Amino acid sequence: MGQIHLEKVRKAFGDVVIIPELDLQIEDGEFVVFVGPSGCGKSTLLRLIAGLEDVTSGKITIDGTDATELPPAKRGLAMVFQSYALYPHMSVRKNIAFPLKMANMDKAEIDRRVDYAAKTLNLDAYIDRRPGQLSGGQRQRVAIGRAIVREPKAFLFDEPLSNLDAALRVGMRLEISELHQRLKTTMIYVTHDQVEAMTMADKIVVLRAGNIEQVGSPLELYSSPRNLFVAGFIGSPRMNLINGAEAGKYKADTIGIRPEHLRLSTSEGRWTGTVKVSEHLGSDTFLHVESPVHEEPVTVRADGEFPVHSGDTVYLTPQEDKIHRFDGKGLALR
Amino acid sequence: MARRVTTQKKIVTTILAWFVGLLIFFPILWTFLTSFKTELQAISIPPVFLNFDWTLENYETIQSQSNYFHFMLNSIYLSLGSTALGLIVAIPAAWAMAFSPTKRTKDVLLWMLSTKMLPAVGVYIPIYLLFVRFGLLDSRLGLIVVLFLINLPIIVWMLYTYFKEIPGEILEAARMDGASLGKEITQVLAPMAVPGIASTILLNVILSWNEAFWSLNLTTSNAAPLTQFIASFSSPQGNFYAKLSAASMLAIAPILIVGWFSQKQLVRGLTFGAVK
Amino acid sequence: MATLHTKSAARAMMAPAVIVLLVWMAVPLAMTLYFSTLNYTLYNPISTPFIGFGNYTYFLNDPTFLAALANTLILVIGVLAITVIGGILVALLLDQDFYGVNIVRLLVIAPFFVMPTVAALVWKNMMMNPVYGVIGQLLSSVGIPPVDWMTNVPLLSIIIIVAWQWLPFATLILLTALQSLSEDQKEAAEMDGAGALSIFWYITLPHMSRAITVVILIQTIFLLSIYAEILVTTQGGPGSQSTNITYLVAQQATSYGDIGAASAGGIVAVILANIVAIFLVRLIGKNLDA
Repeated sequence: MGQIHLEKVRKAFGDVVIIPELDLQIEDGEFVVFVGPSGCGKSTLLRLIAGLEDVTSGKITIDGTDATELPPAKRGLAMVFQSYALYPHMSVRKNIAFPLKMANMDKAEIDRRVDYAAKTLNLDAYIDRRPGQLSGGQRQRVAIGRAIVREPKAFLFDEPLSNLDAALRVGMRLEISELHQRLKTTMIYVTHDQVEAMTMADKIVVLRAGNIEQVGSPLELYSSPRNLFVAGFIGSPRMNLINGAEAGKYKADTIGIRPEHLRLSTSEGRWTGTVKVSEHLGSDTFLHVESPVHEEPVTVRADGEFPVHSGDTVYLTPQEDKIHRFDGKGLALR
Repeated sequence: MARRVTTQKKIVTTILAWFVGLLIFFPILWTFLTSFKTELQAISIPPVFLNFDWTLENYETIQSQSNYFHFMLNSIYLSLGSTALGLIVAIPAAWAMAFSPTKRTKDVLLWMLSTKMLPAVGVYIPIYLLFVRFGLLDSRLGLIVVLFLINLPIIVWMLYTYFKEIPGEILEAARMDGASLGKEITQVLAPMAVPGIASTILLNVILSWNEAFWSLNLTTSNAAPLTQFIASFSSPQGNFYAKLSAASMLAIAPILIVGWFSQKQLVRGLTFGAVK
Repeated sequence: MATLHTKSAARAMMAPAVIVLLVWMAVPLAMTLYFSTLNYTLYNPISTPFIGFGNYTYFLNDPTFLAALANTLILVIGVLAITVIGGILVALLLDQDFYGVNIVRLLVIAPFFVMPTVAALVWKNMMMNPVYGVIGQLLSSVGIPPVDWMTNVPLLSIIIIVAWQWLPFATLILLTALQSLSEDQKEAAEMDGAGALSIFWYITLPHMSRAITVVILIQTIFLLSIYAEILVTTQGGPGSQSTNITYLVAQQATSYGDIGAASAGGIVAVILANIVAIFLVRLIGKNLDA
């Protein structure tokens, strides 16, 4: 089990409100990602669930029981920290065994679980080393190992990949997703990286300034963002947001069109523009096009190679059904 | 990429560096050598460097004719006693400031530091009179308390900077892992804090051992440490160079060795973390 | 719950340290201030009439005090000049690559661990003695007549002894600062066409400036209270040529029993030290935020 419900949860440090009243349901076995720019309260929200911070008001229920006043250890959750927070004076084995030892589990069971975790995470070879002798990716795995041996109701991840280099990050992302497939335990994952959110989550919670902007599956957020913030935050490269006369034609204050939803041509199309920068990746071509419809360059993506260069004239045609319309308050018009 | 230093340049630097090093070290080296000379060789003109008859007689004389061990024991009592007292009071304080800081923590730390800057003579007269009044003059307890107080700010600061480096996430991880406060302290924090506490002890022992103002002014014989013992050689009848050297070596050797081991920690302790 | 609980616990844990230091600082200081306004001698401790600023006017008009004040400043400035400049040079040398770096490092820092009375006596007798001292013998071997250091240049002698004790401190801290200078910066300057001297002047020295400030301030605190070195070498003499304020105050109290005057001197020393302390506390406070 691993069902977590937040009811009217609010957090303030003195007069500074970090999280205004907020409700959220996390169902058993879900992979939920909290995503948002830094300072949006996503880590605080995770720490409230963990019990590392006290809620100012509101209620946290885990599997139907009120956990608001429970200390962290009694909530049955395991956490993987950004800095991994491994105990530097203990070997990998002792690090992983620590929570079990704290639970006074018997020696044989501890050994069995630690060995299993070590095997699952390919840590056998380093089991007697200290954290200081491990690479970033290995440390990350030890931290995960320490979390899984407890067989918790839910895993909490606080930006676990932000200290890894790009290549390792992709690998660990896959490993964590696989782990979720296998264990089917609830996971709550905090990140500022929307790519991680899109690739891993069953459900994404987009946060800004402590407020939930939108909750939904990755594709829901992609295809129907509720407001300008979500529209701009989800998707890479960012959605082009165009206001003024062009938006007026759609009876909106702002219209949004993703780079991949613009048809590109060298001969004809709705909008004329001049290529400012072209990025040729082979698999895709990204163009930054200066166009009279918008004061900032419009980003366009074309499949495969599209042979134009800086200074060339191109024509852009938006796919009508992929245009997002927003009102003056930034809310999506449906 | 580091460039290759030419061998020639390296040899020149080596010679220069060793020359400077030995020049600075020379008074200690000379004291060391003199302590093995006879009194006559110690004042021979021209001085003898290594070609003398090495003898241990000065060390024997120091031990048998003076109560050297009495002073030595006092030095040990005073430095260990004041350090122990300092740790008992400073560990909780530094702990609280590092792990649950408030808005005023910084002010408290700086204020503690400012007490270290109070010159001894600013408080010397009342302390002296109080010591006379309460019969603490020339008592180990009295001097231990004074040494504890003058070094307390440094102990708090050093411990604070070390504790500060223990990441808070580790404590949170321990809490998530179900460690009680007691277990959190004994199994996670203490092992991580031990190196910092050890260097604090070393620096404080060095400072107490070498403290001279209070030791010289508040003790005469009963509680007098080695500082006072050596000072007694300044009187004219004590002008025996070889014996002075032997006594000096006995007084500085233990702390010199401790100091050499703790040189890395010394910088941050003495600069209150301002230079690391 | 937990947060509130730890806050009051934290206060309780800090209390002993704060209270003992508060008492240690406030009570004797207040007493010193009070004594400094009394005509109070140990020969007549029963009658201690209030004389206001009498002790201060006496002290400030006493030529010995003025000499001691001047000596204190000369001592501090002289030692600072030698240790800072010497420390920079030695630190630059130790930062180079040579055989036996670690051993030379140990040799250089050793004097710092020598207790003040030992340092002073070794220098007075075995280094500076006009007849048997090593310096005298070296000088006479090249035909220069030996100097009676303690009699002819007492203050300079003490400056040399104290500088020898503090040179390692300056060296060690400046070396630490020097080693934190990134190689990149020096290489960038080299690419920009700077020579070794320009690199030192525009890159290395500014990088060390904070460490130099720290060295100056911390040493000043300790140098204002030099006592043992004077006691076992010159005893402040000849006359008052090598008396500093600390020595003078201790002497007033222990030798002449003049508690009132000594207290006034103590207060003057406190004021002097405070001027330095204000700068140091600010500097370190700034560093705390970083």
